[in-house]
Amino acid sequence: MSVLEDIQQGIITYKPPLVKQACEQAVAQGMGPREIVQEGLIAGMAVVGAKFRRNEVFVPEVMIAARAMHAGLDVVKPLLAHSEIEPVGTVVLGTVKGDLHDIGKNLVAMMLEGAGFRVFDLGIDTPVERFIQAIQENKPQIVGMSSLITNTLPRVGETIEALQQAGLRNQVKVMVGGAPVSQSFADQVGADAYAADASSAVEKAKELLGLA
Amino acid sequence: MIIAERINPTGRKKFAEALTAGRMDLVREEALRQVAAGAEILDVNVGVAGIDEPAVLCEAVQTVMAAVDVPLCLDSSNPKALAAALEVYEGKPLVNSVTAEDSSLEEILPLVARYHAAVVALPHDEHGISPEPAERVRLASRILEHAASLGVPAEDVVVDGLAMAVSADGTAGRITLETLRRLRDELGVATTLGASNVSFGLPDRPILNLTFMAMAVFNGLTAPIADPLLPGLRRLCRAADLFLERDEWAMRYLEDYRGFPPA
Repeated sequence: MSVLEDIQQGIITYKPPLVKQACEQAVAQGMGPREIVQEGLIAGMAVVGAKFRRNEVFVPEVMIAARAMHAGLDVVKPLLAHSEIEPVGTVVLGTVKGDLHDIGKNLVAMMLEGAGFRVFDLGIDTPVERFIQAIQENKPQIVGMSSLITNTLPRVGETIEALQQAGLRNQVKVMVGGAPVSQSFADQVGADAYAADASSAVEKAKELLGLA
Repeated sequence: MIIAERINPTGRKKFAEALTAGRMDLVREEALRQVAAGAEILDVNVGVAGIDEPAVLCEAVQTVMAAVDVPLCLDSSNPKALAAALEVYEGKPLVNSVTAEDSSLEEILPLVARYHAAVVALPHDEHGISPEPAERVRLASRILEHAASLGVPAEDVVVDGLAMAVSADGTAGRITLETLRRLRDELGVATTLGASNVSFGLPDRPILNLTFMAMAVFNGLTAPIADPLLPGLRRLCRAADLFLERDEWAMRYLEDYRGFPPA
């Protein structure tokens, strides 16, 4: 089995130490960080994402797979700084103000990272100002907002409205998601995309950037 | 005592559409179904984006009051909606909910006091939900103190142990159970739990929910917020009470058995 297959296998079987070891081996063999990330880490995570979508694996398994991926990224990261690797896109995301739910939003962040995006996760209970600041600082192409309870749904529209007023709305695409969110709600508040789950969030993000 | 959770549009498209269209037929239907299934308190939540929540909550509450004769739990984060619903409600309702955030204490507790209602207390504050049971208990005490200062007695406060998904954090179950135990032992309060949260992200959720429910009752849970239509749930609660010596001669258990004989 090639070292890249070892990396994929380590992610698919949830073994962070194996992924770390295989990445170190790949680096020692002189393999470029781009190849290790694309053909090893991202490819492995894509398999897990697809299984998650088909209900063949579940949240704890995605969590540990993401941890395995990060164990590999930690090895490759120092090399990335000096290489030609560009993220496929940059995403700022957070759960809206007043809402403390983070699992779904974390899964979206993991899946996006797993697909090669650079992700700035603002966490939960995110005030509008934090979104604005993060957009100004990180220049993302996409902003993701999550709301998990009907009580905080209005914050989604308000946050989009605030981006408009801050003159940032035209610079970013807005994606929304969460249990009470629907396509019609997304249309209502003027979002660019709605994703029902973490895997489709990756597809939508790629579509928004013309990559899919 | 089960607080029945199904009058709630979250994640239920048809229910949300009915509310948006101003239709109360599904609210009425869920009220009847849940009471027939043994629900003892009905939670009423109409939180849908873009609706006039005060008006719709009032209409829902009146609809349910006309359909069934059990106490209601008025569920909204909108103080205006709660105030409106309290005004039309007849009897002593449960208000869901107050948190330990200053704004919540200041807006919700005076309403609870004014209408002599009981209230669900969520022990988190501006800093979010603590993973420390001791901190949750501290925040619960803070809410109890504020409530007492407005004349709301401790027996009218039901503290939520805050169930989180064990799929995302392996410590979540233990933390919630320890919180419940401490709320019972240190504060002596009634407790509740949105217990089905624990199973989020895992398959075969009913068995996880039932198992956790039994463990939670053992650790002090008195009034779970749950789906009474989940097979076995109501009977499990009766069985747990029986084993905990709260049901002399198994009277409540047997009453449940006769009311709902096995199929």
